[in-house]
Formats: sequence, C-alpha cells, structure tokens
Amino acid sequence: MSRYNDMFTALNAKNQGAFVPFVMLGDPDKATSLRIVQALIDGGADALELGFPYSDPIADGPTIQAASIRALNNKISPNDCLDIIATIRKDNPNIPIGLLLYSNLVLARGVPQFYEDAHTAGVDSILIADVPLREADRFVKQARASHIDQILIAPPNATEESLKAIGELSSGYTYLLGRAGVTGAETAAETPASELIDKLMQYEVAPPLLGFGISTPEQVQNAIKSGAAGAISGSATVNIIAQHLDDVDTMCTNLCEFVAAMKAATQK
Amino acid sequence: MNNLSSKFGDFGGMYVPELLIPALDQLEQAFIDAKDDPEFQEEFLSLLKDYAGRPTAMSLTRNIVSNPKVKLYLKREDLLHGGAHKTNQVLGQALLTKRMGKTEVIAETGAGQHGVATALACALLGLKARIYMGAKDVERQSPNVFRMRLMGAEVIPVNAGSGTLKDAVNEAMRDWSANYDKAHYLLGTAAGPHPFPTIVREFHRMIGEETKAQILEKEGRLPDAVVACVGGGSNAIGMFADFIDDPSVRLIGVEPAGKGLHTTEHGATICKGTKGILHGAFSYIMQDSDGQIEESYSVSAGLDYPAVGPQHAYLHETGRAEYVAATDEEALNAFKLLASKEGIIPALETSHALAHALNMADEADEEMIIVVNLSGRGDKDLAYVTGLLGDDLS
Repeated sequence: MSRYNDMFTALNAKNQGAFVPFVMLGDPDKATSLRIVQALIDGGADALELGFPYSDPIADGPTIQAASIRALNNKISPNDCLDIIATIRKDNPNIPIGLLLYSNLVLARGVPQFYEDAHTAGVDSILIADVPLREADRFVKQARASHIDQILIAPPNATEESLKAIGELSSGYTYLLGRAGVTGAETAAETPASELIDKLMQYEVAPPLLGFGISTPEQVQNAIKSGAAGAISGSATVNIIAQHLDDVDTMCTNLCEFVAAMKAATQK
Repeated sequence: MNNLSSKFGDFGGMYVPELLIPALDQLEQAFIDAKDDPEFQEEFLSLLKDYAGRPTAMSLTRNIVSNPKVKLYLKREDLLHGGAHKTNQVLGQALLTKRMGKTEVIAETGAGQHGVATALACALLGLKARIYMGAKDVERQSPNVFRMRLMGAEVIPVNAGSGTLKDAVNEAMRDWSANYDKAHYLLGTAAGPHPFPTIVREFHRMIGEETKAQILEKEGRLPDAVVACVGGGSNAIGMFADFIDDPSVRLIGVEPAGKGLHTTEHGATICKGTKGILHGAFSYIMQDSDGQIEESYSVSAGLDYPAVGPQHAYLHETGRAEYVAATDEEALNAFKLLASKEGIIPALETSHALAHALNMADEADEEMIIVVNLSGRGDKDLAYVTGLLGDDLS
C-alpha cells in the first residue's frame, strides 16, 4: 500500500477530506525551509506538496515565482531540496510527500536518476507542471520503475480522451485544476467543480485533490462538498512566508494556524 | 494524437501545462484547415503581395566582395513592410486568429520587431493586441515601444527574472493559460511547443521558395550556400525549408557569439548549449548543470534568446545544416561594411549572417554563389550603434 492509499483510507474512516499545503523548498533558505515544512506538519497537514525552485516557472503566478527567486538567490539546488526532504522523511515516516516541479530539472539530472534519488529521499509522488499527458509516457514508466506515483493534471477543459488516459495512468492522487490560468490566490477556484469530478469518477481516476486558487477554509469545504478528496493550497501558504521573512517564529506560528484552520474545514 | 508530427527526431514536442493542450490542438487544426482552404490562401497571399510587398527583391552585391570567384546575393527581407521578415508569419497567424473566432492576440517581443509586426497586423485586421516585453528591453528599444503603441497595441513591461525576452515569453504563456478561449498566442519565432515551429516555418517558407526561383532565373543553378542568422531561428528556417531536399546547397545558420564563445556572454545555443526543455520544446538551450536557464547575451536583442527552434536542433544533429557563430565585433564590422559599400543598413541580427558570409567569400578558392537572408533593416539599431561606435566611422 502506498502512503497516499493509507492516507485516503484513514481519512475516509474519519469522514474527512485531505488538506495539502504547498511550499517551495529552500524558500527562503535551507534551514528556514526545514522549519516551515515541519510547521505545516505540526499544523495538521495530511500530505505535503513541495516545489523545486526553477528559473522559468511558466505555470506559476507572482507569489510562487517570488518564492523560487528567493530560494535561487540563496543558491538552493535540487540537491539541497532532496536533503531537506530526506530530513523531513526521517522525522515523519508516514506523511505522503509529493513534488511539483518543471521538466528541465528532471532532464538535467537524467530522468532515471532523478526518480531514483527522489525515491531514496522519501518522495511518494512527482507532478511535472510542463509535462502534459501527451509527453508523459517515459516519466510514467520511470515512476513505476522507481516506486513513485506520477501525478497527472485534470484541467477544467479536459477532453473525454484525456480523462480516460488519466484514469489509465494515474496513481496516488489526481491534481484537479479549479480554474484556468496560473497559480495564485488572487483568482479564486471556480467551485463547485462537481461536474468534472463526476466525470473523473466514471473513469476511475486516482482520488482528485482540487488546487489553484484555494486560500480559505470555505473553499476547502466547498471542494470536499463537490466531491473532491481534498484540496491543495499553494500561494496562500507561500504568502504567509513572504509576509514574515524577517520573523521566522511568527511565520511558523501563522503557518501552523493557517493549516489547522484549513484542515478543520475538511470534516464532512 | 497530433495530425502533424509534433517532433523533429527527439526535438520539439509539447512540454506545456495540460491546460494549454486544447488550445494548441485547436491551433493545429485551424492551420491544417486553412492550408486546404483556397479562400484563406488567397487572403494570405494578397496581404503578402499588396500590403507587405512580396515578393522581395534579391540583390547581387557590387562592392563588398573582393574575391572575383564569389557572387554574394542578398534576399531583401529588409524591404518587407515592417522592416523585417517577421511580417510574413504574423499575417498568417493573425488570419488564423480570426479563423478560430478569437479577438485578442498575446505576443512577446525582445527587440520589438515581432511586437511591431504583431501590432501592425492586429491594427490591419481589427484584433486587440497585448505585447509582453522585458522591462530592460522596453528601455533599450523605446522607438519600437512607441511604434507598437501608435498602432494600438498595449505594451506590458515584464519585470520578472532578467527582464528580457525569455521572461516576456514566460509572461505571455501565463496570460495565455488564463485567456486561451478568446486570445491567440502569436509566438514570434520557430520555437515553442508544437505546432508553432511548424506553423512559423510554413508561413516563412516563401523566403526560400522565392530565393530559389530568383537564383535559378539569374544564375540558372542553385546557390552553393544559403546563410541566415539564428536566434530562435525563424528567418533561417524560412530560408532553409525549400532547400532541405537539395543536398548540394549548404544551409548555414549563424548564432550570436557575443563577446566570444570562450566567454559566458553569448547566445550560441547550438554551438555551445546542451539539450533541455525551455518554453515547451526539447532543443538546445543554455542552462547550468542543475537545469536552471542561463541568461544569453548578444549585441542584437533579436538573437538574445537562450533556446533555439527544435528543427534547427534536428538539422544540426543530422548534419544537414551547419551552425557557426559570429561575435558582436564581427557583426558590427559587417553592419558598417554593408552600409558603406552597398548603401544598405542591415539589422544587427542580420549582420551576424553577413559577417560569416563575408568570411566564406574571402576564403573561397572555387566559384561560389552565396545567398544571405537579409532578414531585417537596421534603422531600429541606429541609436544603439551610435552609442557603441560614437561618430567614429573610420
């Protein structure tokens, strides 16, 4: 059984959905990043979605771009990111850890090497923002070989053909886009996405987590009401980091409280 | 899944968020339908002829080449409306925009040439244009910013990243992700995700077709080499496309060597780059060992791009085309020479191709016919070059 399966099983038993915060690894630096991730876990995150800083993040809005830039300015490399994950994994053996990153970072390391190193560090899933289904084959194959779940994206404009392919290839969870555009809390997710979720269920995809534009407990509640297995919140989480760069204690307290409030909204 | 091939060997592809796939598929389908639609073709050809001024001339140089064995021809894309080859494919994509029922156009621009071409086509065809331009480029290329605004386009400065072309592309793709239902992304070069490299090549291929007909008429034979500058690679692929199946014709792409290939300040992605993914395509790019994209550099803003069109990567790998590089200094010399010897002021981009062709001409010990794609005129560069060279034209 994978950590995602265990998580969804346990949450179902408690009649809860999942709350998954996203942060950029190494933002703003390695030591703070470790404290940040631990604060998310302490706040009650069911799983983690973690980014690798990248120079040209085309799917991200200003908040997450800025997080990338902060980390890159501190010379955070993919090796640093894997180090942080390995440390987190050592202290937290059960929480599912997902990566969200861009294809060129995977290619530069070599696709097999990247997946093997991620697995060794304790990663459960990989989502590559600029690898659509059409280019996914070799990544899915490698993921299976390395015991990692390849996460696929179901956008609101997905065709039946795409949904069918996601059903065949997806494992772990399915990243359900709440709206068009790039990441950001400025534009809210368009819930309910229940129609799309119903269709996804017909194709037996891995449990869908709704992301993009999720920043309030109400949105988490709506996502779960409309049939999603949970919600992912990135920019709203990263905003808290950006607002408290000069006071890490307050940053971590606020992150912990934010996650707790979002998590409380997952009760069905 | 795709009706046209999305790759050139391993190069190319569609490395974009899933969200953009339907928009790219819609574009591919519109392009395929338009190819077979006589009405579309008639409108495109009539715009090229009556609005843009095709076919463009091909001039035999009189003074710049001293080697009597060599004939150097210039394919005069600088005479096209807008001042560069860019107008060709912009008219094509603007017509596709209307065909898809979209009313807005998003574009990126570096030097401003693609932005100007986009603005003029949108003014003509009644489309609303918004053009992303790196904040640094907005400053460096203020006359082009004014031109775009004069023709009704909105110019949006991009402060993110390095504030240059690659950041403008990122921002244009982000905008498109939110607005693909009403806006077309009018990409400016033969790079990016499928189907852009193919569409841009096909809308520029008349450059090579005209060249072939003109040289056969003047010389009764094919040229020995065609030479073009390569940033993203649109003017080069337009020149090369019709000659790919003529093995006697050498295809030579000239990349910007900037301050020298031994330095880090250049934009020679094929000569010095490595394979990777940027802006939706697998190709040669400039990156560090972690895969972070590096800044490119060139005296000519239009060649200052850390990736190259995937078909060029393929033509390089298969050996069908040769890729070399010319430095800033060589380009500036060619720029001055063409002005003083032939009465033509070329764009700094184009001057790279010219610099290499002049070297070839010097070294030739057999009869040789060379055609340089004179892809654009240099008016836009005058202020910048004056700043570099001062009034000293000795």
